Amino acid sequence: MTFLQFVEGPLFYVAAAIFVVGVVYRLIGILRLGGERDLARPNGSATGGAILTVLRHFVPRRTFWRGSSFHFVAGYAFHLGLFVLLLLAAPHVAFLQERVLGFGWPVLPHWAFILTAEVAFAGLIMLWVRRFVDPVQKLISTSGDYAATILTFLVMLTGCLALQESHVALRATHMVFVDIWLIYFPFSRLIHTFTFFFSRAQTGATYGRRGAKL
Amino acid sequence: MTVQKAIDKFVEKTGAKVASYLDACVRCGLCAQACQYHEATGDPRHAPVMKFQPLQQAYQASKDPLSPLWRMIGRAPKKVTEEELSDWQDLIYDSCSMCGRCTLACPMGIDIASLVWVMREGMSEVGLVPPEITKMAHAARDTGSPIGVTAKKLRKILDDVEKKYDVKMHLDKPHAEVLLLDSSLDYEAYQPTLAAMAKILDRLGIDWSFSSKGYEASNLGLFSGEESIARTMVERITEAAEDMGAKTVLAPECGHGYGSIRWEAPNLLGRELPFEVLHIVEFLARMHKEGRLKLKPESRALTYHDPCKLGRRGGVFEEPREMMRDLVTDYREMKPGGVTNWCCGGGGGVVVIESARKLQLESFKIKMDQVEKTGAEGVVMSCAFCHMTFDKSSEHFKWDKKIEDMVQMVERQMID
Repeated sequence: MTFLQFVEGPLFYVAAAIFVVGVVYRLIGILRLGGERDLARPNGSATGGAILTVLRHFVPRRTFWRGSSFHFVAGYAFHLGLFVLLLLAAPHVAFLQERVLGFGWPVLPHWAFILTAEVAFAGLIMLWVRRFVDPVQKLISTSGDYAATILTFLVMLTGCLALQESHVALRATHMVFVDIWLIYFPFSRLIHTFTFFFSRAQTGATYGRRGAKL
Repeated sequence: MTVQKAIDKFVEKTGAKVASYLDACVRCGLCAQACQYHEATGDPRHAPVMKFQPLQQAYQASKDPLSPLWRMIGRAPKKVTEEELSDWQDLIYDSCSMCGRCTLACPMGIDIASLVWVMREGMSEVGLVPPEITKMAHAARDTGSPIGVTAKKLRKILDDVEKKYDVKMHLDKPHAEVLLLDSSLDYEAYQPTLAAMAKILDRLGIDWSFSSKGYEASNLGLFSGEESIARTMVERITEAAEDMGAKTVLAPECGHGYGSIRWEAPNLLGRELPFEVLHIVEFLARMHKEGRLKLKPESRALTYHDPCKLGRRGGVFEEPREMMRDLVTDYREMKPGGVTNWCCGGGGGVVVIESARKLQLESFKIKMDQVEKTGAEGVVMSCAFCHMTFDKSSEHFKWDKKIEDMVQMVERQMID
């Protein structure tokens, strides 16, 4: 077995398993901490409030536009770019078809891949820069916050390097970082990919019940 | 001081909700722009995200699903120290009114104010509550009121108000349908508001009464973090209402007093309440809607300040606006208004904390600016705590805007 076969095969499956089991364990662990039922008479819908808050917080409120615009643009550039690359890049679809799902779907043309990658990189770098320039972020960021950013950056960078498929070593490097990223994910702040939903829904439900649309 | 007691409380109070919040924060710092204390000083320490760091540390060391793993590999977060908690006191009390505005700016929608409440619960376990708040909270527990308005004193106050304002103040009337509450601020300082409430209710033909068993709407336990005091305060009101057989409990113009009996009481007592709770403005708006309360608008330009605990934390936005539109000919909205309105900066007990005075005044400049920009001649509110903050701050800045209580305006302008 070559090194590439190892990182694309057994190591990838182990990493993917750790990712899935780790995320499920952590999310169930949070929910299992439980809570008490709100006994106050409602003045609105908890479910409606939860849905509203989950959706509304995707876009900053008008009064926070100025203060949030940099983060908003960078955040969406990065996150949307990343999802598009993850799901529509030709090598990813081929990999998933071959190794995991057994079926594929239409992919991005090469030029669109390059454009999306540039947008995603710009977003990630903007977020990264803000983390050590913004006084509040500078004060509160931990090594874990930087580690998650750097690791994601490396996954993306090696992914672009591997794009031409000119050298198996480049593809193997990308896969090593992907495997590390998958293993690291459940133990890091990357878990916000899922917990954002819990957090928004809890707030929306609590105050939606009171008739406040947060 | 055994810091462990605070940590134990943090851990005890961390359920799925708190854990979701702590595990959703990505430390983006966007909450900072929403906080009046951060905006007034530019000090990154005042960013709301800072406030719950000790709670996060305690969570990661205990209830976090990952904590066994961290311990196993020797990466457990270090324990919160006594010194750290002392350093956090001003972040938890002096510079947080628990107004909840930061939640709106947070991409994750984290209810940071609720995390501050858990922090306060822990801090109160180890005596880290500012002395002014402790004194008032304990006075409320021991005398019935944060400033010592005992049942006996209440009777005297109500007698005086009766004579001075020519109004009947019902006390301990058996089987009254409505139990009226007020806060000590009104009993002592804003008696015209107290009298106005009584006059309106009488003119509307409501069968109402105060009760010497439960009359204090404010709940300083909700400021100090002492849940047992918070519970005692709402227990008194609940028992008074049940003894009276009241169908409705009316909370006065007191934002947190409303939240206390409307939203917190059933959960503090662990049971549903057999009566309806309304803020006085909700009640008046209902009467207005039913056509029982008619108003003669004054030709004035006024704006309305949403008390955080009534609006953002209580969902009462439309009712005061409905009243305002009929109270004045030129009602003006503040910008940002409604759910994103700026806090007066005095809530959560901040206005009574001596060491917070400078910061509170500095933050009030944001509020003044907001009111000024409406071009209105004055500002109306429905919370005695906000009123006190506006009064104290206006006096300091020699600000000449008229500060009005909605209840007093209604009483003046209602048509029989």
